[in-house]
Amino acid sequence: MAGRGLDRTNDFAFKIGTVNGTGSASANGLIMQSIFRMGIPVSGKNIFPSNIQGLPTWYEIRVSRDAHTARTPHFDLVVTLNPASEQRDIAEVQPGGYVVHDSSWPLEEDRRRDDVTFLGVPMGQMCVEAFEGARERILMRNILYVGILTALLDIETDVVKGLLREMFEHKPKLLDSNYLAVKMGYDYAKEHFDCPLPLRLARMDANADCVLMDGNTAAALGCVYAGATVAAWYPITPATSLMDRFTAFCERYRKDPESGKNLFCVLQAEDELAAIGMVLGATWAGARAFTPTSGPGISLMSEFIGFGYYAEIPAVIFDVQRTGPSTGMPTRTQQCDLLLCAYASHGDTKHILLFPKDPNECFEMAVTAFDLAERFQTPVFVLSDLDIGMNDWACRRLEWDDAYVHDRGKVLSAEEIRSLDAFYRYVDPDGDGIAARTLPGVDPKGAYFTRGSGHTRLGRYTEDASEYLEVVDRIARKIEGSVRNLPEPEVVERRGARVGIVALGSSDGAVREAIESLAEQGVPLDYMRIRAFPFHESVDRFLAEHELVFVVEQNRDAQLRSLLSLETGANRRLVSVRYYGGQPLSAHHVLEGVLPELERRAVDGEGAGERGAREAGRDTAAPEDAGASSSRVGAG
Amino acid sequence: MVQHITKPTIRHPGMRRNALGLTRRDYEGSMSTLCAGCGHDSITSAIIQAFFELDIPPHRAAKLSGIGCSSKTPTYFLGESHGFNAVHGRMPAIASGASAANRDLIYIGVSGDGDSLSIGLGQLCHAIRRNVNLLYVLENNGVYGLTKGQFSASADVGTKSKRGVENRQRPIDPVLLALSIGASFVARSFSGDKAQLVPILKAGLRHKGFALVDVISPCVTFNDHESSTKSYVHTREHYREVVGADFVPPAEEITAEYAAGATEGIRMHDGSLVRFHKVEKDYDPTDREAVYAYVSELQNEGEVVTGLLFIEESTEDMHDGLGTVDTPLVELPIDRLVPGSGELAALMRQFR
Ligand SMILES: Cc1ncc(C[n+]2csc(CCOP(=O)(O)OP(=O)(O)O)c2C)c(N)n1
Ligand code: SF4
Ligand SMILES: [Mg+2]
Repeated sequence: MAGRGLDRTNDFAFKIGTVNGTGSASANGLIMQSIFRMGIPVSGKNIFPSNIQGLPTWYEIRVSRDAHTARTPHFDLVVTLNPASEQRDIAEVQPGGYVVHDSSWPLEEDRRRDDVTFLGVPMGQMCVEAFEGARERILMRNILYVGILTALLDIETDVVKGLLREMFEHKPKLLDSNYLAVKMGYDYAKEHFDCPLPLRLARMDANADCVLMDGNTAAALGCVYAGATVAAWYPITPATSLMDRFTAFCERYRKDPESGKNLFCVLQAEDELAAIGMVLGATWAGARAFTPTSGPGISLMSEFIGFGYYAEIPAVIFDVQRTGPSTGMPTRTQQCDLLLCAYASHGDTKHILLFPKDPNECFEMAVTAFDLAERFQTPVFVLSDLDIGMNDWACRRLEWDDAYVHDRGKVLSAEEIRSLDAFYRYVDPDGDGIAARTLPGVDPKGAYFTRGSGHTRLGRYTEDASEYLEVVDRIARKIEGSVRNLPEPEVVERRGARVGIVALGSSDGAVREAIESLAEQGVPLDYMRIRAFPFHESVDRFLAEHELVFVVEQNRDAQLRSLLSLETGANRRLVSVRYYGGQPLSAHHVLEGVLPELERRAVDGEGAGERGAREAGRDTAAPEDAGASSSRVGAG
Repeated sequence: MVQHITKPTIRHPGMRRNALGLTRRDYEGSMSTLCAGCGHDSITSAIIQAFFELDIPPHRAAKLSGIGCSSKTPTYFLGESHGFNAVHGRMPAIASGASAANRDLIYIGVSGDGDSLSIGLGQLCHAIRRNVNLLYVLENNGVYGLTKGQFSASADVGTKSKRGVENRQRPIDPVLLALSIGASFVARSFSGDKAQLVPILKAGLRHKGFALVDVISPCVTFNDHESSTKSYVHTREHYREVVGADFVPPAEEITAEYAAGATEGIRMHDGSLVRFHKVEKDYDPTDREAVYAYVSELQNEGEVVTGLLFIEESTEDMHDGLGTVDTPLVELPIDRLVPGSGELAALMRQFR
């Protein structure tokens, strides 16, 4: 892997396997945050089950002095505290790595490995002796491993203590027991092991401008700063925390100082059909409204989404994607709703999609989404995913520009309405495809009838071909015209590159890491990260200018490649690289998809990318990698 | 081809005007394209009358509907109101969202028995539960008119379709349903009894919360034949008004004269009064359990029970429950909604 030299300081990955529902989340957060506060680039992935209590759960932490934030499945150390996953946990450690386990009970012989070091700590026993009651003993065992790792990895003890003080500021008794547990683990490790390990941490200064935040929190803040007042939803993993956060922020920032009442309205609907209906009702009446959901919710919302498109009503929909099809794996990530959202609903529809790559973009694109929805009077999707939405990312501090002017689109004021001879809803006076709208209650002259049935430019019911065509063709022009206002792709070019990579969203980190590693091997690749659909014209250009373009994405059926083929006509050069096993994408997935094709080109000579389709080889190393594949498509 | 037909705006100088100086004509919409004699058109006329008599500025009302012949009718009234013809069975969601955004508008929703009791049954129930401030008019003809006469969920056992097919499934009765899930205003009327319907609609419009008005509205084309229990003839024969109601606006209260037999009244949220008359013995329109028992007993005997059957003025509506500000959310300027850069910077410190 790139960046893996002999010096492992600030360059390794470890994971902690526990049982869900036992309170390990706060211990894991404590470790993650401590490393963050030491100024070291760090990323954490919470691999959790769709279950409340009793199933295996893991927390994976990667520290990377080169700031590679993508997940890596190559663990140098595991803490294994769950008998049910112990065997697998131990098997996953890299040769030369370490296993921290609870030696209160002897380790079964078949789990021994000669190529890793076992560090046994009688954690359970120590907690039984030091703490009272089952619950506290279980909780403190988690804090105990924080102490062990503090010693093993050389986490600064002052940082850990500082965090505990902040956490338990008002609960001195809990603070004491937490201190004690950390100290017990720390002292035991110091006494029995050669601390620190070669895998160790050393303070850096990489996080001065950063915060540790998940994408759903950032998106929720984006909704607050966008001025959204109505939010409707039906609970679904992994979108639920977006609404939880929005509500919490509103409780804090959106109380009327005089009456103490809410300057917002959160509606928990009976299902997603109702949730999107509420959003459309609210935006039709003039509010900014949104709904957070995931794939199954989009399926249910589809009829209303087409209504919003045709009747031209703004809406903002966050699709925090999870693994499909159907219920799929609700706590695993994918980029599997691209096609669903791009053309959601029956009839001819095409929707604006935004693809944030991290919490920063979740915040920014949330604000942008409301502006676009009102400017273009249409549903706008923000396609995040479970990895972005629910994992903590070290990202740039969010900032707000007080001079920002929200784009409320073409909404006529009472004066503007009165100055008209007559108001007609779907007349486009200036040729940009956008007709002005009016809000109910403003002026009798502004009244019109909103319908999903055939309507004329005047807003009246019709079954006449030309009257129908006039409206739907204008809507198509409007959506095409929106491209100029959408976030442009991000391009990173390298000297001499003739091959490109296209990706979007949370694939960014893994793709960049793979590109760097290839560059080190003397293979330069240009990179384009698409940030919106419909595609910007620079996407066409990028595809045309490269002999071969790899399209990297996290779904089985190459949805992004399909969209590119459909919408740009450049399908000959597109080679699909996919991983869809549900874990966040890793650089090795990208490399395994890209390398065979590049090697073949080197052997066959230039231009091999133009030849017939064939399966490229693939490697399924770890069980969770079973979805990695790469194949040549679309040629011949 | 079905087209939009604008009505000529001829005003007779002698036409009655309401307190806003508007005539009944100002509350009309475009010409109906429904079948001649369709019950829905009579309900449209009653709705126009109710808005006119309540002196509601048309543009302060919003009219919403689902899909069906019944759901087409909002085009035929309140031409100066915003209208919203939603998708099939989903009007309650639109109403909830619109009311969340602008609580000051007066919302009227029109639906059919198919729209409300089949595809939209869930939305109806949840709108009742949410107690969104909406007058919900269910134009009930026992069939899907627009898709040509299939039985709806309100079709009675034993009723026959035009082609002679008998319905064997038990009906979902909107009145009993609404009562059982806590609706705060429940009424039933008949498209052929405007004298009863108009005051009920007025009270429903003034009710704070969800007002369900089930109106038997015969479909002359598909369900008005002899063996149908939703025909004009059958409804008239079995019609039973268990409680009559007059709607008395706040200003008129002192001067109004009441018909003999007038009994108690219910004070509405805005100060107006609903006065009951012709009440059957021991009938108490504020006693949910008793009303349920009484209505279901009579219905089991084949009666079409009508009147403002149940009313509860003290309930919390959607906004009370949520604690929303009195100012409609749409009227809040964006700078009251955006916390600003300082707040964000302060918040960021908690994510370190
Ligand atoms: C999703 C969907 N399914 C089916 C239809 C077809 N459809 C239109 S109206 C209707 C039934 C309407 O019945 P009702 O609400 O009783 O109205 P009526 O015409 O009887 O007044 C149906 C099934 C539709 N518009 N949308
Ligand atoms: S089909 Fe029935 S419900 Fe529809 S307009 Fe005709 S009479 Fe009315
Ligand atoms: Mg019907």
